[in-house]
Amino acid sequence: MTSDATHPSRAGRGNPEPIGTFPPTEEMLSEPVPEELARAQEERLRKTWETPKGWRYWTAVNNSEVGVWYSLTAFGFMLLAGVLALLMRVQLAVPDNDFLSAETFNQFFTMHGSAMMFLFAVPMFEAVAILILPAFLAARDMPFPRLSAFGFWCFVIGGVFVMGSVLFGVAPNSGWFMYPPLATKAEGLGSDIWLLGLSFIEVASIAAAVELIVGVLKCRPPGMRINVMPLYAWYVLVVGGMILFAFPPLIAGDFLFEMERSFDWPFFDPERGGDPMLWQHLFWIFGHPEVYIIFLPSIAIAAMIVPTAARRPMVGYSWIVLSAVGTGFLSFGLWVHHMFTTGLPNISLGFFSAASEAVVIPTGIQIFAFVATLMVGRVRMSLPMLWIAGALAIFTAGGLTGIMVAIAPFDWQVHDTYFIVAHLHYTLFGGMVFPVMAGVYYFYPFIRKQTMSERLGRWSFWLTFVGFNVTFLPMHLTGLKGMPRRVFTYPGDIGWDWLNMISTIGSFIVAAGILVFAWDLIRPKGHQPTPPRNPWDAGTLEWTHDVPAENWGTRSIPYVTSRYPLWDQPKLQERLDAGRYYLPDAAEGLRETMITSVIDARPLQVLRVTGPSWITLWAAAFTGGAFIVPTFHIYWPAILSAILAVACIIWWLWTSTAQIPEAEHKDVGLGLKLPIYVSGPEAPGWWGVWITMLGDSTAFASLVFGVFFYWTADRSFPPEGYPFVDMGLALGGAVLLSASWAVNLWVRGTARRQSAMQALALAMLLAIGGAAALIASAALPGLDPTAHVYPAIMWALIVWIVAHVSLGVIMQGYCLAGFAFGRITARYDAPLWNTCLYWHFLALQVLVAVAMTALLPRVL
Amino acid sequence: MGKSRGLRTFAMILGPGVLLSACDGPQSALSATGADAIAMEGLFWVMLIGATLIWILINGLIYYVTRVYTGSLSPRLAHGLIVGGGIIFPLVVVTSLLVYGLSAMPEQRAMGDGVKLRITGEQWWWRVEYWPEGADPANPPVAVSANEIRLPAGSRAEIELTAAKVIHSFWIPALGGKLDMFPGRVTRMSLKPLSVGVYRGQCAEFCGQSHALMALNAVVMEPGDFDAWLKAEAQDAAPPKGYAATRGAEIFAQQGCGACHAVRGTPARGGVGPDLTHLGGRTSLAAGILPMDREALMKWILSPASLKPGARMPGYDHLEREDLSALATYLEGLK
Repeated sequence: MTSDATHPSRAGRGNPEPIGTFPPTEEMLSEPVPEELARAQEERLRKTWETPKGWRYWTAVNNSEVGVWYSLTAFGFMLLAGVLALLMRVQLAVPDNDFLSAETFNQFFTMHGSAMMFLFAVPMFEAVAILILPAFLAARDMPFPRLSAFGFWCFVIGGVFVMGSVLFGVAPNSGWFMYPPLATKAEGLGSDIWLLGLSFIEVASIAAAVELIVGVLKCRPPGMRINVMPLYAWYVLVVGGMILFAFPPLIAGDFLFEMERSFDWPFFDPERGGDPMLWQHLFWIFGHPEVYIIFLPSIAIAAMIVPTAARRPMVGYSWIVLSAVGTGFLSFGLWVHHMFTTGLPNISLGFFSAASEAVVIPTGIQIFAFVATLMVGRVRMSLPMLWIAGALAIFTAGGLTGIMVAIAPFDWQVHDTYFIVAHLHYTLFGGMVFPVMAGVYYFYPFIRKQTMSERLGRWSFWLTFVGFNVTFLPMHLTGLKGMPRRVFTYPGDIGWDWLNMISTIGSFIVAAGILVFAWDLIRPKGHQPTPPRNPWDAGTLEWTHDVPAENWGTRSIPYVTSRYPLWDQPKLQERLDAGRYYLPDAAEGLRETMITSVIDARPLQVLRVTGPSWITLWAAAFTGGAFIVPTFHIYWPAILSAILAVACIIWWLWTSTAQIPEAEHKDVGLGLKLPIYVSGPEAPGWWGVWITMLGDSTAFASLVFGVFFYWTADRSFPPEGYPFVDMGLALGGAVLLSASWAVNLWVRGTARRQSAMQALALAMLLAIGGAAALIASAALPGLDPTAHVYPAIMWALIVWIVAHVSLGVIMQGYCLAGFAFGRITARYDAPLWNTCLYWHFLALQVLVAVAMTALLPRVL
Repeated sequence: MGKSRGLRTFAMILGPGVLLSACDGPQSALSATGADAIAMEGLFWVMLIGATLIWILINGLIYYVTRVYTGSLSPRLAHGLIVGGGIIFPLVVVTSLLVYGLSAMPEQRAMGDGVKLRITGEQWWWRVEYWPEGADPANPPVAVSANEIRLPAGSRAEIELTAAKVIHSFWIPALGGKLDMFPGRVTRMSLKPLSVGVYRGQCAEFCGQSHALMALNAVVMEPGDFDAWLKAEAQDAAPPKGYAATRGAEIFAQQGCGACHAVRGTPARGGVGPDLTHLGGRTSLAAGILPMDREALMKWILSPASLKPGARMPGYDHLEREDLSALATYLEGLK
């Protein structure tokens, strides 16, 4: 058998090849497993994957624990944000009301939007995906379990911090879109809480996205080629990719914004050459894909429920995949439709109107594929299917008003009115809330091994469905009658009063529906008989779960040849349970899952995944400190916290990742032996770095976009009378940093430990020297970042590079220590590969940054 | 039977009537009287009918296949449905809509040919400057006003928008769509009102604490009346008439109101707050949130921040009631 067909020549030096037969023959599969052996294997697996007990329960990192915590926390934030909405509806029930003050109302609507987006919708996708994706793929766990746990704890800390600010009356109050100059000039801590608290959560979201992408690409069961994998996995892949390219522009924007708030660098201040429009562009380049980041995962849930309800495979699988990918791409070309009223030229408006309308086609394909599947099969109207039908009814209405507002001149009338409030709630309730509810009812027997009440579920559905329409249908008219969004009160004589009263009544009906659901979710169900293993007669692998629950994820990792294995591979369940398939044992007591190739899912490696630890919690707490403390404009404790966070992460990597194994190969069963340690493009860690750096480069590209934006917005950029960045020092810095990159690369090729260590030390010195030269290139000529946006954006690029070089030096030091303590050798060199990969991206960024700072202003 | 038929006929006649009157209002985009707003209202009704039909079609189909239809469609037809419903049908609908909808766009962005206005968004009021038809906007405006715009019916007025500190958005729904106002940048639109009347507008971009309380009236006049009005608006303030108004003018001077407000023809030249030269002639007070009368003026001067949270004007609760009343009389008389 050959190595990964997608990267035959670039695989890590000396990675051992898999040995043995693949795919397994029918004869091998039908051979029974001795009863006693199976019992012993089960015992070992159970012990290895055991969830810690008592207070150590919170050290768990397994996807089934973290996924449940994550989704319940996101649901909790949704309830809180919903309470804010109810309070706002009370204020708006009657005209000239004084139930809430203007300031409180402004904080509430800011937090309602921010929390629903950043603390509910995106985390809920990641939570659900972490919880159920491994089961779809018959993987034992996510590829980086501690990263999931770290992301979760970051989310909890950041979310409590941001949401808690409401209780103290210091919450952000400039809207979830935070437009400068209002938000940059806002007094108090609100804007800082928003910027730093949510940036922290965004970083955690990107971490989860990286893990989900690697999970889909590398952790599929043997045989599950990419065109066989469940549609849910496709959507996770698309949405993960979108997060990777959508969040970084916002993070870059947050960075610029916070530099203005904290240090008075005038990025958005028109008096010093800044431009508030840059924020709007960066925000909506994030903000529009965000809508689809929320919508697609929920459609993914529908794509799992619809075939089950129809008892037929999905019609138009390839159409759906193409549409999902197409929506992902298109969503990055539409952001200007949030800016139709900013006075952009007609030609741009026409272009973005047309692009926005184009989304109708992939969306239409997906909806009609569902309808077609329902028509081909015979539908069983189960409770989850009822919620899906409700979702389609609501979503199509939201989509149709979307077609209206994408017409720019019509948007001039309804933009920033209650018409838009109605439109976006129709798309988000229909496109997210209802499908997620359907998903909860559908997957509940898988997650909790119990069922939710059919009767309460129907009550909840009808209350939510009716209440939703009572609330939001009238809002279309309220908006057309001229009521703007974000107003804390309104006069009684212009015909808005009765419409608002109806909406308020409706909002409480929705709340009742959600409460019925919440009660059903948490009420004790101990007396219930155990539900059947596959209650909906579904065809996908998650329903091979064990009832009652086992922590091992899957008893053995099956060989999969169908999109609906439970329908098409009749003996799969029996063989899986018997431990006939791969990795049926945990002989060394280590948590293991299988890594397969990206396209055709051929077995490549046994990955030893990380287990329970407190370190993720500590790392998250200190990372939180580094983000949260600067909110109060206190910097030294923040720096200390950041250092401790880095220390925790180093300790975590050092003690648990890329451990040198006791043997080269491990017998995984069915006559196949797989390598335990691989480095380079075959290793999931390398993929994690590669994907992370794509996102990182997107953030960097956003800063570069900023330079060009200032130049096109202002003909006199760079302005007269400001010095240039010193050419000699900047080029010198680039040379030193490139040399560091080259030396690092050379180390990857050398076999001698001593010279590797010396070279790494040299690379670190070169990098530090290069960073110092870059700082000097701007500092010596006297570029003052507070004077004008031109020196400010030059400094922003340099600060970005210096921060990255610091991380690069830490990574080089990690490798140096690895050689010194025998954790890295010429054969076991995964960290070195990953460091080199990081430096490839960094070297490219350095060259671009030097061109942007030292060359470009001279040319302009 | 007969009774129910009668009821149904009654409902069919009354229903749309009630529905349409429910759409009316001083700030409604569905009571359009400006050329651009009328075009958009027409577009809206067309889109609404189309959207309703499409919604019924899709959801009717879903209802039919999940609840009524028990057969099994052939996969070939199913693929036909995906291509027909998901690609061809939306392509046709959306392309025609784009052609129809976007063709309305250039009009509202066309240059005006009548009076020119420059409107500046402040927190939370509107500064308004006028140039008559054909005047060069590089010259100083002929009249400065606040919180109300007046336009002649039948011609396309040119409107320049900008802002002082934060972003606002200018919107008179009955006349046309909105456009944002940015600090340090000028955006342009034009409006062509067709019918005489008073139309309410409101800031549409969140601009801080009292965003909700930043409204204005647009008063559309016959062209002749408008010319006369603009001539009068360009004049200095009329001297106070009567004892109370004269006393009010003294208090205005004593209290230092002129540091922030201008009353042309008097020493009051402040530019921080709204120009008050012809305050009494406006249709509302405090950016569209109070009626223009003596009571309202007194209430406002006494404590602006309790009516408009965050307003920068201090309260004058130290004034004797009589003085306050005199001051209000003076201001109300500035027609």
